[in-house]
Amino acid sequence: MSSHASAVNPAGSVWEGGQSPYATNSKKFGMWLFLISDSLTFSAMLFAYTYSRVTNPDWPKPFDFSPAIIFSTVMTFCLLSSSLTMVLAVHSMNHGDRKATVRWILATMVGGGAFVVLHMSEWLKLINVEHVTPLNNPWGVPLFGGTFFALTGLHMTHVICGLIYLAIIATGVGRGKFKAEDVEVSGLYWHFVDLVWMFIFPLVYLMSARVG
Amino acid sequence: MSSHAEEAVHAGASISTFTKVWIALLAMTGIEVLLAYEQVPTMIMLTVLLGLSIIKAALIIAYFMHLKFEKLSLFLTLFPMLIFCVVLMLIFLGDAVRIPNMRPPA
Repeated sequence: MSSHASAVNPAGSVWEGGQSPYATNSKKFGMWLFLISDSLTFSAMLFAYTYSRVTNPDWPKPFDFSPAIIFSTVMTFCLLSSSLTMVLAVHSMNHGDRKATVRWILATMVGGGAFVVLHMSEWLKLINVEHVTPLNNPWGVPLFGGTFFALTGLHMTHVICGLIYLAIIATGVGRGKFKAEDVEVSGLYWHFVDLVWMFIFPLVYLMSARVG
Repeated sequence: MSSHAEEAVHAGASISTFTKVWIALLAMTGIEVLLAYEQVPTMIMLTVLLGLSIIKAALIIAYFMHLKFEKLSLFLTLFPMLIFCVVLMLIFLGDAVRIPNMRPPA
């Protein structure tokens, strides 16, 4: 009886159907579903890293506090700040200010770009100076290279994809295309990339810090 | 649909809230780096780092990703499943602890 009433009355219970149960648009919901499945991928890789580390008591600690940890702290700062500028981009777009939105998205891309450049130089140092490759390293624990490069490589791929995504959104917004929800969905993706780094940074870098 | 989108627009946090969240995230990162510098014992370090990471993730999801201002049904659809799956993965960690003791002495 009540279900019949709610079909007529749009203000009825969400569980009785006939209206959007999440009160969100389909793009945003689609992005959320993708992010949840993606976080399972990253969880599995972080777990693989942790598992390998616990099974190998002689796991290397290749990150000197200075410069590697300071370096990765600056990278974390870049990513966190780019998240703030992305929030401000979404905020501007919600208030209809397209110029400010483009500026904030560009600021976000600068943060993300700085992260990629710093991360690349970190990788090059590990490969060229410390001679770590995905299959081998001087400390005799080949799993370190495999798990480290797989995990940080997948994350860096996400950052680079995010930069391309943001560039497309910024160009479109500047030309008067896209709605506020499109900027918000790209923001969700960007914050997710930041969020994943919040786990990689302590588990991979800080747990392997070498002081002195 | 459009009325829902407008609701979402108006039910957000203010810029000062976002800035506070950003400062909190930076402060927690600072604490983490300090712990690494002080070379705290591994288990304490791991517990504190994971605890802080989960708080940071929650802050990012709630404020930056706007989930605090979405319907509860969205949260209930997405997160209990994720947490359950991650906890299921952790079941195997016990094996990892045992493996080093099971290796024949070299």
